Amino acid sequence: MEIIFNGKPREIQTGISIQEFLDQVQLDCLQVVVEHNRNIIPRQRLAETFLKTGDTLEVIHFVGGG
Amino acid sequence: MQIKVNERDYTFADNTTAGAVKARIKADADLLIINGFPASAETLLSNGDRLILIRRGEVPGADELDALLTARHTPGVHEAVKGSIIGIAGVGGLGSAIAIALARTGIGQLIIADFDIVEPSNLNRQQFFIDQIGLPKVYALRDTLARINPNVRVTACHLRLTPANIAEVFGHAQILVEAFDQAQQKVMLIETFAAGFPQRPIVTGSGMAGYGPANTVLTQQVANNLYLCGDGSTAAAPGTGLMAPRVGVAAHHQANAVLRLLLGHNPATEEA
Repeated sequence: MEIIFNGKPREIQTGISIQEFLDQVQLDCLQVVVEHNRNIIPRQRLAETFLKTGDTLEVIHFVGGG
Repeated sequence: MQIKVNERDYTFADNTTAGAVKARIKADADLLIINGFPASAETLLSNGDRLILIRRGEVPGADELDALLTARHTPGVHEAVKGSIIGIAGVGGLGSAIAIALARTGIGQLIIADFDIVEPSNLNRQQFFIDQIGLPKVYALRDTLARINPNVRVTACHLRLTPANIAEVFGHAQILVEAFDQAQQKVMLIETFAAGFPQRPIVTGSGMAGYGPANTVLTQQVANNLYLCGDGSTAAAPGTGLMAPRVGVAAHHQANAVLRLLLGHNPATEEA
């Protein structure tokens, strides 16, 4: 199935959670903010939130310094 | 015609010059500012103008201070921001500079929170002073802000922000500024605040280490209510330090993003 990942169409496995998707693309959930269909998802809900066709997923990676 | 002189209302005949008003109201003034811009005494005033008369070196009284401090603002900006409440999480290199910029802009209230104390190694980029070493950063910064603009109310919270206290500390903040150092803490703060207050904007910083081009530091809307300032990738790391110029660029991107949000503009684009 297809979702919009960081602004671009992306084919992903059907029925996976956001956590599983992050694992597949090797993103550390402690260093990213995840916005799913315009809502920011806390990390403890990433494993229980499942992706559907047409969903929008924005994953913003953070680096240290400030 | 109606003219505001040092924020008080006056009525003058049409075709009155700034110099004539100065002679009547503050003859010893040597700086005339009309609608935010220095002007000569011969300038003709128009109905609705805002004229500020300043005598150099004179410390104004409390009643006039607000008007004189913001005399060079774009007209209307101070009125729009003086009732606002902004939260700043972390007052290191980013947060201390952001707080100073917002205080100079005349933001009504700043809620600043940080657990740390001022150390000598902070002074290469953070807005603290040698005589503040050892003080909690939030108290040192509160003192500095009071010296800049005593009309800004500062709520200083000397504590470590956690998922358990973020909603309480920043419950009244209409915009939250993320100004932490550690990436995981940035994420924790954004997740927690967004869960409690999904409608409120967050202005975050990521990627401002080193001395790469300042032009790669951007303000971007990266989520519905999340604006990111920085180059997005240059982490503080061994061999790549944090220094005043580029941290300051990112900090002022963040401060300007806050100002644009308060004025009803998108921080990242020309759109309203």
